[in-house]
Amino acid sequence: MARAKSACEFVAERDESRCVKCQACVRVCANDVHSYDGDTGALFSDYSKCAGCHFCEDICPTGALTIRRNLSDTRENANWTKDYIYKIIRQSENGGVLLTGMGNDRPYRNYFEHIVLNASQVTNPSIDPLREPMELKTFIGRKPDRIEFSGAGKSGGHVLKQKIPPQIELESPIMFSAMSFGSISLNACKSLAKAACDFGVCWNTGEGGLHSELYPYSDRVIVQIASGRFGVNPDYLQRAAALEIKVGQGAKPGIGGHLPGEKVSEEISITRMIPAGTDALSPAPHHDIYSIEDLRQLIFALKEATGYVKPVGVKIAAVHNVAPIASGIVRAGADFITVDGIRGGTGAAPAAIRDNVGIPIELAVAAVDQRLREEGIRNQASLIAAGGFRTSADIVKAIALGADAVYIGTSALISLGCHVCQKCYTGKCNWGIATQDPYLTRRLNPEIGARRAYNLLRAWSLEIKEMLGGMGINAVESLRGNREQLRGVGLSELELKILGIKHAGESW
Amino acid sequence: MEYGQLKERERSGRVPSGCGVSGIMNRTGKVFSGDGILASICSMTERGNGLGSGYAGYGIYPEYADNWCFHIMYDERKARELVEEYIESRFEVVNEEPIPTRKVDALKYVPLLFRYFLNVKNGFAPESAAEEDYVIKTAMDINRNFKGACVFSSGKNMGIFKGVGNPGEIGEFYRIEDYKGYIWTAHNRFPTNTVGWWGGAHPFGILDWSVVHNGEISSYGINRRYLENAGYYCTFFTDTEVITYLFDLLGRKHKLDFELIGKILAAPFWSEIEREKDERNREFLKTLRIIYSSALINGPFAIIVANSTAMVGLNDRIKLRPLVAAEKGEFIYLASEESAIRLICENPDNVWMPDAGQPVIAKLKG
Repeated sequence: MARAKSACEFVAERDESRCVKCQACVRVCANDVHSYDGDTGALFSDYSKCAGCHFCEDICPTGALTIRRNLSDTRENANWTKDYIYKIIRQSENGGVLLTGMGNDRPYRNYFEHIVLNASQVTNPSIDPLREPMELKTFIGRKPDRIEFSGAGKSGGHVLKQKIPPQIELESPIMFSAMSFGSISLNACKSLAKAACDFGVCWNTGEGGLHSELYPYSDRVIVQIASGRFGVNPDYLQRAAALEIKVGQGAKPGIGGHLPGEKVSEEISITRMIPAGTDALSPAPHHDIYSIEDLRQLIFALKEATGYVKPVGVKIAAVHNVAPIASGIVRAGADFITVDGIRGGTGAAPAAIRDNVGIPIELAVAAVDQRLREEGIRNQASLIAAGGFRTSADIVKAIALGADAVYIGTSALISLGCHVCQKCYTGKCNWGIATQDPYLTRRLNPEIGARRAYNLLRAWSLEIKEMLGGMGINAVESLRGNREQLRGVGLSELELKILGIKHAGESW
Repeated sequence: MEYGQLKERERSGRVPSGCGVSGIMNRTGKVFSGDGILASICSMTERGNGLGSGYAGYGIYPEYADNWCFHIMYDERKARELVEEYIESRFEVVNEEPIPTRKVDALKYVPLLFRYFLNVKNGFAPESAAEEDYVIKTAMDINRNFKGACVFSSGKNMGIFKGVGNPGEIGEFYRIEDYKGYIWTAHNRFPTNTVGWWGGAHPFGILDWSVVHNGEISSYGINRRYLENAGYYCTFFTDTEVITYLFDLLGRKHKLDFELIGKILAAPFWSEIEREKDERNREFLKTLRIIYSSALINGPFAIIVANSTAMVGLNDRIKLRPLVAAEKGEFIYLASEESAIRLICENPDNVWMPDAGQPVIAKLKG
């Protein structure tokens, strides 16, 4: 039987009239797509290896390379697309689980694209953020039902009877998602960490521990406590701004993690506190959390360990029963809940899981926020939404649906160069992001990376202010959960009901 | 469209409106006739379009000062029978009578208007809950569950009078000049829909709170959901209803003074809080804003809120709607326009424009 070639998805087209045979493409491609024949002086490209990351195209000094889709196709078939056929071919060769990276790429309905925003006309003036104050400051943490103080009076001032539970203060409701040192390079971690600190938001260690070179950014780090407990020690907890127990991830609900031994370098070994060269296995569940009461114990163990001065949150994947689960988590004592939707990213996950498990974040946020309000406990925890925010407008819509803040992962990596080729799991990221190969990681200058990630935060924050001003709102807290500012377009009654919004054309 | 459908639209939808507001208070509690407030609100004709106005007076029922007074409007006799049966099951009725009115040709669709002076039946309000909660529940129940009935006033020794018409017509209709009170507030409405529903006119009131409001709040969606989290169900879907419940929650339940309520509803900007020199106070203001972030009222508003002890004027935090205050002796005046004050108080001791977000608080002395 003839052996089928692996799917040749891209063609790196070379314009010979422009190519000066400098061989930059040969040197840079970690997938060895390009090669140079010294005898004939010819450049050859093996398209089958191309990930479609566009690195060679971007680095080619003469613009001789163009990456485009390979037009070679299988017979048109709505059911048996090329993608499915080649997946089967690959699996019949290797007998294994197909891996992938980044977030779900299936065309599930994206509700953000079916929701539109409001703006003021006549009865209510819109506010120009360039002329008037416009506030995005956001606090993540448990809020009491009411304020308790003594000594009310004009002269004496007020004295709080009790300090408010711990909060993290954000200058904008956008944070960087959990991405571990291991899944991404130390330079990528540094870029995001520095950008977060410079802008006044937070970044997240993922389950990779906190490398000593990241200590300068620990004021604004949310550290994860995941099922493998990698890198968790008293120092790690003490340094953090907040703690996050990672139960699940949108890209792979119900699935653990696996960092292969060959990626566990000396640095990663130290940071994760595991022997170099051994596989880092995160179990699917926490083996000390088999129920909600077990979660409560871990939440309070962490609060005890840190003296109740840091918010402790829980991250879960958005699954069918997300609203009652979230309610349980709040009652178990979490100060914030992170819900990661079906489009949430990953460094590596089985494609079958990533593409089929979980629910969209829009519906999950709406359901969780509503549920917590019905139970009168919405103020007891902040709600952080994650999973596939592509623009500032997605964020505005998520906040109006009920999120306090959002985590961005993929878009943050795009700001560092990522072109979403979904090959993170290979460890051959040409952009120096999802790799530990020093030859590749040094391509990402953390100073430049930090500036670019900062620019993204700045640009989106400015856009959010413009949208708020248009609605006649000058503080983001008046947008939070304010679903009156949203209208659905082309949604069914049931979808509108779950989202808690009216259809476009309906007035107040 | 028929009146019934129009009413339904008004009843179940949210209708933004521009408005004129006015308020007068005698701080020593001396009562005075409704003439003044009538003249004041009627002078701001540009601020209404004849589709709603109303008055709230405090101290107007001295002979029933200890009884809860419900003003109820009915579309039909049947509704009245059902509601009265319900009220009798929960209260001892001290007196009931039609609200005195006079015929005004310009007013169409006048509902049946009755007032009831009530005592909570012995043992009916559970010990644990305040009597006020029992009264609120009754009013909300009627408004939510009895078709064609609307409780539009439910305080003690105070009353709200409102309807669809211009302030002159409504004042004449309710014989406002016949009442004497120590606080009067009034509203002239410019709704952006066609026909007003009598229950949709302002002031809005619950217990002895009354609110007149000029503005449209863009934070409505979250303010309402915040109140639901705290156990309030909005049945009128108006901005004014939300503002009233916020005052009830913060003032009556959380026992915050008007100064602090002002700092919640029209919160100082973070930059202002950071400029506060006293560290303890800065911490307090920050905490206040963090805890009550969902109670911040965003968007343009000028409101006059009253209860039996005070009258308060408040603007949004960037002052997008007009509000003027004046003082003369024991009297304090608030209005959308200075002219509406000078008309009834020629030489005030002091006239000023309250700053954005800074409440004007007039308290009853003694």
